[in-house]
Amino acid sequence: MADQVTDWRQEQGEQARTGGPLKRRIGTARAPAVEGPAAERKQAGEAIFSLEGVTVTYSGVAAVRNIGFDIAMNEITALIGPSGCGKSTLIRCLNRMNDLIPGAVVEGKVLYHDQDLYAPDVDAVEVRKRIGMVFQKPNPFPKSIYDNIAFGPRVLGMKDDLDGIVERALRRGALWDEAKDRLKSSAFGLSGGQQQRLCIARCLAVEPDVILMDEPCSALDPISTGRIEDLMLELKELYSIVIVTHNMQQAARVSDRTAFFTVELDEGEQQRTGRMVEFDDTDKMFTNPADPRTEAYVTGRVG
Amino acid sequence: MLLLGVLLVDVVRDGIGQLSFDFLTSFSSINAKQAGIEAALTGTIWLMAVCAAFIVPVGVATAIYLEEYADNDRWWNRLIEVNIQNLAAVPSIVYGILGLAFLVRGPLSLGNVVLAGGLTLGLLVLPVVIIAGREAIRAVPASIREGSLALGATKWQTIWRQVLPASIPGIATGVILALSRAIGETAPLIVVGAATFLAFNPSGLDSSFTALPIQIFDWISRPSNDINNYKPLAAGGILVLMILLMAMNSIAIWLRNRYEQKW
Repeated sequence: MADQVTDWRQEQGEQARTGGPLKRRIGTARAPAVEGPAAERKQAGEAIFSLEGVTVTYSGVAAVRNIGFDIAMNEITALIGPSGCGKSTLIRCLNRMNDLIPGAVVEGKVLYHDQDLYAPDVDAVEVRKRIGMVFQKPNPFPKSIYDNIAFGPRVLGMKDDLDGIVERALRRGALWDEAKDRLKSSAFGLSGGQQQRLCIARCLAVEPDVILMDEPCSALDPISTGRIEDLMLELKELYSIVIVTHNMQQAARVSDRTAFFTVELDEGEQQRTGRMVEFDDTDKMFTNPADPRTEAYVTGRVG
Repeated sequence: MLLLGVLLVDVVRDGIGQLSFDFLTSFSSINAKQAGIEAALTGTIWLMAVCAAFIVPVGVATAIYLEEYADNDRWWNRLIEVNIQNLAAVPSIVYGILGLAFLVRGPLSLGNVVLAGGLTLGLLVLPVVIIAGREAIRAVPASIREGSLALGATKWQTIWRQVLPASIPGIATGVILALSRAIGETAPLIVVGAATFLAFNPSGLDSSFTALPIQIFDWISRPSNDINNYKPLAAGGILVLMILLMAMNSIAIWLRNRYEQKW
């Protein structure tokens, strides 16, 4: 099963995986040189994202300041930290969902396959095709299960073998057995955990390179959470995953590397801004963190 | 309320005897015994068709623009908003004068035909459709838009394939309520020159026309005597109009309840 999936992926997703041009058509002509280094296929563990000095402000108020770290390919990277530390803000930078919030400004560099996602000639729609996202609350479309999955492929013009795409996406989203007999019924009839797996499958159907998950289990019961965690571990063979979570056990269970964020008062100004404290292998973060603030947080002394 | 009830009972008592298949399929006549409302009924249907064909695309497009694209910091968008709210409160006869000046005569010079009458009614109820459309579009939660955009859909694909389908019940309700307001309008049609006595059905957009409220108005204003009593005819016309109205409003309510989204 896993091999089949890999093969299919290589046929259809090769271009996305190797980081083909993210630019609008006009942009491609203007700056072709940038694509050079990205054209080589990366190996697992190599950086797929490199953040350099990323600061996000909402109408002038900084939500996170000066973040820099690398996100590795085919790994699960967890972002943890208390509420308001800017984890969600940061993850939404990675596929330019912050563009939708009026007043949001991103400074610094978000390099994806060595291309700056915020370069002026990068098309946000193109970025989101490669970098999928699963949200905190399951958000199925008010359509049938089939149409939920087929929506992405349809708008991207993947019209051939739509039934096959839907089936493979549902299988990989670990929902096929539960959903195969009711593909035409409304997605709202599914349970919360099933809806979230539907959203993951929907995201897989458009063959992304990276999956961003913004607290994907916070609205789910422990059993559904466990199923989604198992699913994530399967999916990381094929995709790079970034997950924001409030649940430290979850980060410890699934992630390979963890970034810990905290909220600090800005010098001088009385504004609370998120900063990254530490970024390392998950094992080290949870057993032997370098920073005392990380230790206090992961051991539950500060929450 | 009591007064309304008395009025209703009175109309029903006068009009119920008139309701027959012949009444619906006869043209107006000097002879009260042979008179019917066919021309008025078909005229009204024509007007509603023209009106709907105008308000649905224009109203929905305006609602989409205002909700999804308009930047409220720009003065012209605020101007459009204020205008739409004000237009909803303009007396209908003013729209009649507008229709007369711009559609019947003036720049377009359509003459007093179905197209001019339907468009005048359309202008009159357009604000209702726009306001209902905006509310329906706004009711679609942000999570649906985000979900669609996160899959790599463009803004327009998101609007066209997610937001609009999800807001169709709300828009349809608004359109039906708008039409049910238009169907009873008399004043603007008088101004744009609806005929009061026609012995033929409209043959097209460029045909002269009459409408139910006009016909009712005409019968009421005619002097009646023992031989030709037009008053029951008017009551019958009112009953037909009321049945149409109630049917439309029931459909609107049914639509709203049936497709009400529980997100």
